[in-house]
Amino acid sequence: MSDTQGSRRLRSAPWADKAFEWLTRIFAFVVFSILLAILVSLVIGSQLTLEKYGFSFIWSADWDPVREKFGALVPIYGTVVTSLIAMLIGVPVSFGIAIFLTELSPSWLKRPLGTAIELLAAIPSIIYGMWGLFVFVPLFQAHLQPAIIDSLGNVPFFGALFAGPPIGIGMLTAGLILSIMVIPFITAVMRDVFEIVPPMLKESAYGLGATTWEVVWRVVLPYTKVGVIGGIMLGLGRALGETMAVTFVIGNAHRLAVSLNAPGNSIASALANEFTEAVGDVYYSALIELGLILFLITTVVLGLSKLLLLRLARHEGAQT
Amino acid sequence: MQALKVRAVPAVEPGELKAKLSVRGLNFYYGGFQAIKNVTLDIPERKVTAFIGPSGCGKSTLLRTFNRMYALYPDQRAEGEILMDGENLVTTRQDVSLIRARIGMVFQKPTPFPMSIYDNIAFGVNLFESLSRRDMDERVEWALSRAAIWNEVKDKLSQSGQSLSGGQQQRLCIARCIAIKPEVLLLDEPCSALDPISTAKVEELINELKTDYTVVIVTHNMQQAARVSDYTAYMYLGELIEYDITDRIFIKPRKAATEDYITGRFG
Amino acid sequence: MSSAVSGASAVNPGNSLYRSRKRFNAIVVVVSSAALAFGLFWLVWILGTLLYEGGTALARAALYYQMTPPPGADGGLANALAGSLAMVAAGTIFGTPIGILAGTYLAEYGRRGWLAGATRFLNDVLLSAPSIVIGLFVYSVYVAQVKHFSGWAGAMALGLIVVPVVVRTTDDMLKLVPNTLREAAMALGCPSWKMVVFVTYRAARTGILTGILLAIARVSGETAPLLFTALNNQFWSSDMNAPMSNLPVVIFQFAMSPYENWHRLAWGGAALITLAVLVLNILARALFRRTD
Repeated sequence: MSDTQGSRRLRSAPWADKAFEWLTRIFAFVVFSILLAILVSLVIGSQLTLEKYGFSFIWSADWDPVREKFGALVPIYGTVVTSLIAMLIGVPVSFGIAIFLTELSPSWLKRPLGTAIELLAAIPSIIYGMWGLFVFVPLFQAHLQPAIIDSLGNVPFFGALFAGPPIGIGMLTAGLILSIMVIPFITAVMRDVFEIVPPMLKESAYGLGATTWEVVWRVVLPYTKVGVIGGIMLGLGRALGETMAVTFVIGNAHRLAVSLNAPGNSIASALANEFTEAVGDVYYSALIELGLILFLITTVVLGLSKLLLLRLARHEGAQT
Repeated sequence: MQALKVRAVPAVEPGELKAKLSVRGLNFYYGGFQAIKNVTLDIPERKVTAFIGPSGCGKSTLLRTFNRMYALYPDQRAEGEILMDGENLVTTRQDVSLIRARIGMVFQKPTPFPMSIYDNIAFGVNLFESLSRRDMDERVEWALSRAAIWNEVKDKLSQSGQSLSGGQQQRLCIARCIAIKPEVLLLDEPCSALDPISTAKVEELINELKTDYTVVIVTHNMQQAARVSDYTAYMYLGELIEYDITDRIFIKPRKAATEDYITGRFG
Repeated sequence: MSSAVSGASAVNPGNSLYRSRKRFNAIVVVVSSAALAFGLFWLVWILGTLLYEGGTALARAALYYQMTPPPGADGGLANALAGSLAMVAAGTIFGTPIGILAGTYLAEYGRRGWLAGATRFLNDVLLSAPSIVIGLFVYSVYVAQVKHFSGWAGAMALGLIVVPVVVRTTDDMLKLVPNTLREAAMALGCPSWKMVVFVTYRAARTGILTGILLAIARVSGETAPLLFTALNNQFWSSDMNAPMSNLPVVIFQFAMSPYENWHRLAWGGAALITLAVLVLNILARALFRRTD
């Protein structure tokens, strides 16, 4: 019965294992290098303006393609401001939804609600942009914006932020549309992070007679705070890089204005609007340098977010 | 103490039989932790040998050194000798796949591959032999019959292996091992995930298999060891405490430590 | 003995502390439900608008076989549809093998060394990176070198977005395969590459497929990376080596224009994309749930 004993041979070549392992290793290395390759190509592409302006590119508000004078301040300002507005609105709302999903929702509602949130996250950003321009802007301009200007615009000192004619489009609008876009992402991460909390921990708190809010504020949040911050930064990273939702409604104006109601520009929308029309090496280089700045900002934010989320995972592993 | 049912076997000393696997001075480490300390024993050919002992005593670890399963994990290593037909399995330069073809293993949890029942068996055979369709059919039937499961699956060979019950899956795994005609069968707590009826079937199967294969079984169930094995090794904290004919271990062990474990004084 | 220690249970429903805690909790419940309603409100409004504005365009058969028209004329989105399909398909074909093999390295061979951890980290950053920067990258290394826009460039950009999604899901799904299955295959004498390809991949195949579907859903709606790679094309083009019409850029162009008929088509296109993306997502989720 053991006739094959002495004469048994493997039907696979001896080098096949190593070859396959190397194949996967090479592709892993390819993926590893993509980010670095992007960085290098952006740096090379923006050589001209990097040399011409150095760091002053960042705080110059010039943008004159005719005279070839460029500065990144307006787009950077627009990017940061719209993302900030998006986070200021999006984070508390996401927090509220995440609490509902994890602690308050009846179980039959949990799955459909979770799916609805994930579907919102899947909607392409161009849809938000289009809807924003055609549906939101007219209504905003006609009803909400005048109300904001009249009420907040008259507050001393920072009322200037809300002053100005209600033109519908502008940085405030872009920030609002962006916040709707960013809510599902942050909600999803917060919900995942909240669900990491061991049920026994929450049950001990409930068992003592704590209210839902107290359990969330005193048990869930402290346990997950690193992950929550990581999730917020993930949302921020996405908001900073968002193109289409912002481009439709930000107004494409290279002017630095104090009021949020004024049109402005973000790095992504400047690129979207101007890149294909650009002429001249300096113009190109300036645009690519904008891209480089955006890439650096988002990579740092996303990298930090990942580190924080990893820290939560390790902490949770250590606890158990 | 409840009387253990022990089968009557001819009382041949383990040392008098031809040894299929000879372990000499084996040490095993998980990183810096030594899990097996200087173990020496002979596994007799075509008999059932059981390893028993409390959790963490090293019995599974010892079993897994026989087919070099530890080689999959970078910080595990073995030192010493495990001789099979004169070759030291620990240091041999031979392709480990060929060693594993001669020493089959069945795990605690049944592990059917995500393929049809037929393909589960054919997969192993295809690694080493190129058989015609008819020869493969024959081999599959033979292996499934030998594992006492042919009648239950002969009409559903194309169904997924994972559609079987736990006990059937485990017998499928045994059939899978047998199909490549090994010399040794290692069973790592094969019944711990099974219900009593499936367990009985598997134990019956083990009894039949030993006519052709050397069987080593790890079990935490002493009654099972008493039912099924010819020879039993008792291990504790990585050391081999006592190794003898099963009858003797369970009725009149030589060491007090063994007796303490057998009688349930700890463990 | 002080009253802090003696006496009845600390919980007294008449206690004002208890009442204020309860009140605050009730406020939180209301606020949290309001947040949920807020979020759902936008979802319903946006989808409703899409259906309303784009619905009539979707129902017109001409949408699917006529080309993109000049302003004021009648037409459809056929060339844009075809172009998008071609580039999404090509991008998926580029990106999937890279993603699966890299993900395999992370899950199966990445136990020692630095490459696996670093790749996983950078991959996750890439996953959320601005897609317009990906477009810039492909422009710099390819379009600028060959000096023309093309469907291939667009496909490349989309492929670069597919890769991190597939790497992540392949890595996660392979890690879910129980180790005993691997050991069972190795115990038979199986070489490790066969174990990965014939046992582990098979065990994880539904999950990996789900990842590919999600990647397709993601790139179907991406506009920014196509803006300066594939550009756009008014006419029917089957030449991948030239600027290629595609749905997202057409929608962008048409929506930002002042022409009414172009707006109609933009809504139709938007509805189409959203439908495709939602269907793919639901399919992926249903597929994944069937494995349990």
